[in-house]
Amino acid sequence: MKVLMFGWEFPPYISGGLGNACYLLTKGLAKEGISITFVIPYAGEEKAEFVNLIGVENIKEFKVKVVNSIIEPYMSNKEYKNKLSKIKNKSLYGNDLYHEVYRFSLAALEIANKEDFDIIHCHDWMTYPAGINVKHLTGKPLVMHIHNTVFDRNSLSPNKYEYDIEKSGFLKSDKIIAISKRVKDSLVNEYKINEDKISVVYWGLDNEKVNEEREKKLMKEKVVLFVGRITMQKGVDYLLQAAKKALDFEKNIRFIVVGSGDMLPQIINKTIELGLSEKINFTGWFNPKEVFKAFQIADLFIMPSVSEPFGLVALEALKNSTPTIISKQSGVSEIINNCLKVDFWDTNDMADKIVNTLRYESLNNELRYNGNLEVEKFTIEKPAKETKEVYIEVLNNG
Amino acid sequence: MVSICMYFQVHQPFRLRKYSIFDIGTKKDYFNEKYNLKLNNEAILRKVSNKCYLPANKLMLKLLNENDFKISYSLSGMAIEQFEKYYPEVLNSFQELVDTKKVEILSETYYHSLSYLYSKEEFKEQIEMHKEKVKNVFGVNPKVFRNTELIYNNEIAKFVEDLGYEGILAEGWDYYLKWRSSNFLYKPKNCNIKLLMKNYKLSDDIAFRFGEKSWKEWPLTIEKFGQWVNAAEGECLNLFMDYETIGEHQWEETGIFEFFKKMPSEILKNPNNNFKTPSEIIKHYNPKDEIDVPNLMSWADVERDVSAWLGNKMQQEALAKIYSVEKLIKENSNKELLDAWRKMQTSDHFYYMCTKWFNDGDVHKYFNPYESPYEAFITYMNVLSDLNIRLKKEEVIIGGKKSKGY
Repeated sequence: MKVLMFGWEFPPYISGGLGNACYLLTKGLAKEGISITFVIPYAGEEKAEFVNLIGVENIKEFKVKVVNSIIEPYMSNKEYKNKLSKIKNKSLYGNDLYHEVYRFSLAALEIANKEDFDIIHCHDWMTYPAGINVKHLTGKPLVMHIHNTVFDRNSLSPNKYEYDIEKSGFLKSDKIIAISKRVKDSLVNEYKINEDKISVVYWGLDNEKVNEEREKKLMKEKVVLFVGRITMQKGVDYLLQAAKKALDFEKNIRFIVVGSGDMLPQIINKTIELGLSEKINFTGWFNPKEVFKAFQIADLFIMPSVSEPFGLVALEALKNSTPTIISKQSGVSEIINNCLKVDFWDTNDMADKIVNTLRYESLNNELRYNGNLEVEKFTIEKPAKETKEVYIEVLNNG
Repeated sequence: MVSICMYFQVHQPFRLRKYSIFDIGTKKDYFNEKYNLKLNNEAILRKVSNKCYLPANKLMLKLLNENDFKISYSLSGMAIEQFEKYYPEVLNSFQELVDTKKVEILSETYYHSLSYLYSKEEFKEQIEMHKEKVKNVFGVNPKVFRNTELIYNNEIAKFVEDLGYEGILAEGWDYYLKWRSSNFLYKPKNCNIKLLMKNYKLSDDIAFRFGEKSWKEWPLTIEKFGQWVNAAEGECLNLFMDYETIGEHQWEETGIFEFFKKMPSEILKNPNNNFKTPSEIIKHYNPKDEIDVPNLMSWADVERDVSAWLGNKMQQEALAKIYSVEKLIKENSNKELLDAWRKMQTSDHFYYMCTKWFNDGDVHKYFNPYESPYEAFITYMNVLSDLNIRLKKEEVIIGGKKSKGY
């Protein structure tokens, strides 16, 4: 079985969970004997070395095709224009994000013409026009993989243009893979998609063992860790409020915020306003190895997302035996039991759980041990097998 | 000749309300949840009463009046208090049953606690309290003891014997029975008190498997059950179970009421069968052998041990902390604090913190009014912090500021 897959990012150039998730999925599919051509937008000087950098040399039947494009994952039109303004040879690229997405879809046709494949598989909205084009050209079945929708990206004012692209993608696909029930429900309710068309496939983690020797913590304080983009969607501002309240009860806590994003300046200002600047550290981006080290020194990991289609980072925290609090507004909360769950807006509940998890060693240990035990069930084989089942289904129907 | 000895446990805990760290120092009504219906004790008691206690008592009264039928109950002090407080009719219906003189009431710890494992003095006091309550409510003096969740070993048997009881109940677990059958009266090692052991197979056929359609014996008719009873060897067949089996654990739709309705007449068709209460068993039969149970045994789970309440570190910490203030709380003259402290000893609080089944992810099989064992622990420890503040008059943080508390 051969799959032509359209994505936006792939290791080591990743800004969010999507690149990592695509990497794990392709790795798992390779084990199932499925060969994949992975197409991504990429523009940069290291282009020639790119394929070597991604570290998939030991995966057979896998190749990456690069389309020269300056699209970045989860980019807004404003961010796109900003990026474009810094580029010398502007005529190579579309004059706004939507134009660039269209250009990517045309380039996809060229690639499709040269490739041999049975199924088209697209990840999130920027690749839908590409997938739809290729389906028109070849008549091959189209699988849409939904990691998030416009409502997750901006729940207050969802972009109408992106909504329309998403909806037409969902309608024109043969089958949809949603990464959580939460996402599936959103497709049914917000896009009026027939629920029988949608399969839920949860993510898993690589089976690689975590280093037995844990990173040593040098701070005396208890450490509460956040990892993710600093955006509205990730709920960092709620974490600040909860931090303020928790510190009223327990002084001996340090909060570490790993990540960057458009809300960072605003969040730093708020930290100062709340008088928390000595208690919260902002580290900027960490690479995956550094993130794992951070998990290991943390006494608690928290994911307070306002809207989180899945939340792979929570599984990674559990894998590193870090006690975890996740928001109930996350896909991962549908499958993990051995953690604490909060509503993102309920900062009292968040503070209550932070303080108690740090106050009682017994609770901390039980969460640590049982969470780690539970996460072992979520391997990369499972989503790969379930994705393969979807492939078989669309091939049989075709 | 086989005597059927039936004992039903009647118990409802006072569940702790939702109680966050922000409530510490401000809320004293620990057991008074209004909004969360899974924790609202009055709502739960009314629901279980309507589904189980009232219709089951009505049925039992009829059966007792019409047949040569005997049963026994143990009602925890927690259940009796809640009947008095929320639904007195239910208590009246139990009194009517006792008035038939065909019903024996057993003894237990008033607070349905694990106190024997932590404080023998507290254990003794709670048994006394229960004895007095039973005397007041039913006008009887229990002679046979059953410990919380049938937690039992040689030492407990000896302790209970020294309190003057004639009999004690325990699980009929093969590990200790070895080649012997549960269907005889026994004696604990080095004791004279009599030991009645549960026939867990036949008991659990009713209590756990009755409505399970995947069970190869489903549907369990009374005729089939009667055949099993007739085939049983021994002298006494001890059917011990939660009373909530009838109508709550096994819904009315499973046919559980019909099953019990026909039980006396079906069993008594065989002239060799009869029904006896635990005290009558003790009077009528002689102990067959001595049973040595050096380790703790209970009637819970496949392990039949105490791991459901003491199996993890949270449970151990919560239990250690609650019993650590015993001396202080008894020196304090505040009756309300003492009562809250004791209600917090009820075994259910620790059961809710159990992570044994939670690891399988099979949450549905697992009954817990809290969202997780971790939340049960957090709630418990927050309430305990408040109790400590009241007890020790400690400072407390309210609205971000240190205050005196209350």
